[in-house]
Amino acid sequence: MAFKYGVLLFLFWFLLSGHYGLLLLGLGLASVALTVFLMKRMNVIDHESYPIHLSAHMPAFIVYIMREIFSANIDVIKRILLPGSNPISPQMLELPLPQKTDLGRVIYANSITLTPGTVSVNLDKDTILVHALAKETADELATGKMASAIPDYSVGQEGR
Amino acid sequence: MLIIDILSWLCLGAGGVIGVIGAIGIHRFPDFYTRQHATGITDTLCAMLILSGLVLQAGLTLAALKLAMIFLFLFITSPTASHVLANAAMHGGLKPKLDVTATGGKS
Repeated sequence: MAFKYGVLLFLFWFLLSGHYGLLLLGLGLASVALTVFLMKRMNVIDHESYPIHLSAHMPAFIVYIMREIFSANIDVIKRILLPGSNPISPQMLELPLPQKTDLGRVIYANSITLTPGTVSVNLDKDTILVHALAKETADELATGKMASAIPDYSVGQEGR
Repeated sequence: MLIIDILSWLCLGAGGVIGVIGAIGIHRFPDFYTRQHATGITDTLCAMLILSGLVLQAGLTLAALKLAMIFLFLFITSPTASHVLANAAMHGGLKPKLDVTATGGKS
């Protein structure tokens, strides 16, 4: 596992630096090795801090969330510029949290916050408190469409 | 090249306009929680458009890749920061101004 992250880190270093001289590659490799060594000592290499097992889900998720973000943005912009025909009606609502793992919950809560018009305010064991800008946004979120679009990414970690 | 330039400037211009709209929203909305939704616009669509415009300017270079990474990190950090802000406000006892006429809300 540590080796895998070392390779990933080195790839990252290479992409960011773009150097391929022998000396600089060596220095990069040395710093990556030191970092991996320290992380191993600190015991922070696990599936939660490095969720690379989710990479396969990412493209579909990005397409989905971009769509949501785009339509939510249009909605909020309308409410800002045309308050007459699109009034705001702030709501607080409590939604069930179907995800059982911490990572799944965080992804769900962050997706709610990322779409303008809704902000996750508080997370409890199985509910999430959300502030919504308007009744329509709140109703849309309450249908649970977004919750079902974000599966419980539980591969490689225990539910808590 | 001209087409890419035009596209890039369209993105940058639209991003700038949306940033200004977000600023207008911050002034127009009544309380802390609703204002956060206005900043949500600048966090997402505005940043998205400006970064895409810059990527189009950069072309297929390392700079474009770095911009894409900024984009990715921004999409993880900005909702986290927003959530922390809202959470802190709630714990600090700041009551949101809610629409009392609507049903189903929790006050």
